[in-house]
Amino acid sequence: MENLNLFIRSIFVDNMIFAYFLGMCSFLAVSKNVKTALGLGVAVTFMLVITLPINYLLETWVLKPGALAWLGEEYASVDLSFLSLIMFIAVIASMTQLVEMAVEKYSPSLYASLGIFLPLIAVNCAILGGSLFMQQRDFGSVWTAVCAGGGWGLGWLLAIVAIAAIRERVASYSNVPKPLRGVGITFIITALMGIAFMSFLGIKL
Amino acid sequence: MAEKISYKTILFNPLSKDNPVITQILGICSALAVTAKLEPALVMGLSVIAVLAFANVIISLLRNTIPTNIRIIVQLVVVAGLVVIVNQLLLAYAYDVSKQLSVFIGLIITNCILMGRLEAFAMSNRPWPSFLDGIGNGLGYTIILVIVAFFRELLGSGTLFGYDVLQRFGYTNNGLMILPPMALIVVACIIWVHRSFNKDLQE
Repeated sequence: MENLNLFIRSIFVDNMIFAYFLGMCSFLAVSKNVKTALGLGVAVTFMLVITLPINYLLETWVLKPGALAWLGEEYASVDLSFLSLIMFIAVIASMTQLVEMAVEKYSPSLYASLGIFLPLIAVNCAILGGSLFMQQRDFGSVWTAVCAGGGWGLGWLLAIVAIAAIRERVASYSNVPKPLRGVGITFIITALMGIAFMSFLGIKL
Repeated sequence: MAEKISYKTILFNPLSKDNPVITQILGICSALAVTAKLEPALVMGLSVIAVLAFANVIISLLRNTIPTNIRIIVQLVVVAGLVVIVNQLLLAYAYDVSKQLSVFIGLIITNCILMGRLEAFAMSNRPWPSFLDGIGNGLGYTIILVIVAFFRELLGSGTLFGYDVLQRFGYTNNGLMILPPMALIVVACIIWVHRSFNKDLQE
């Protein structure tokens, strides 16, 4: 029940884009039409669900202060937490590479639609951000990490698809002031959606 | 020849015309989240300048030895190493600010400005211009951060750097300015003003 709660909170309340502005770069660059936006959104969700549990295990068994106690008494005082940034980004970069190769081999059709986005994801702040929030919040178990990853991913997907749909309409139907065209108006739309998403803040499940 | 472009252009172009945030649209993620107050925004800007300048130099020194197909990972490792150093320094000397910045120092690693500049500039230029490019782009980023933070702190809390400015005149804080979405609106306004003066940037 608690995990379900966290899952839903991660989608709406802790939304990666509207509450934390993570992954904005690719969010702005790839949201010109709905189809590519959906592809990137799925890829981000996928990577969050994979890397968050891995980084959680890494954090719990290797990096946390005292996490190495299972190796023996003398390791109990080792604190490797200063390494966590490098470890997390290494896991994310190598997992992206791995997933890219696996997808290419086993599902060429999926690769054709997802492939170009996978390299982009290694440098998407939403993925690393997910791992860093996980570290900050002391999740209880691997399942919690999976649920949070799924929720954050879906929230990101929701946001990018919604924005892409709005941008498609804005580009063809509205008369935006010249200097605001393109990026400027996208910022304002995102901000307005962010304010709308704040109405979820009070919800307790 | 890259050397033909004067060092001055490399250093000062990113401040306005080629600004990483409002023209190249890079590094938005952190630019928005740390700008509720001036102090963290300034610290964040300085950290990015330092990391960007040194990462540019290191990658530029290594540019002929890095194999093309694993260059992203090499770049990430270099950047991550520098960010760890900055993070530890902040924890040691500016603990409060580092608590406010929380995960965003770590997120410098995936800041698109870094990858963008490393790919676009450091991979094909010598160390000294790369260093200037890093400083220039870092400054461009810091300027936007400081402008956004200035308006958000002034209107949101009525203070600047924590000193009371507006409240003594009976100003009522505009709570909306503290909330994240307002950062986007302020940046959009900056883009609006900037692009009305630079017509060639308009889409």
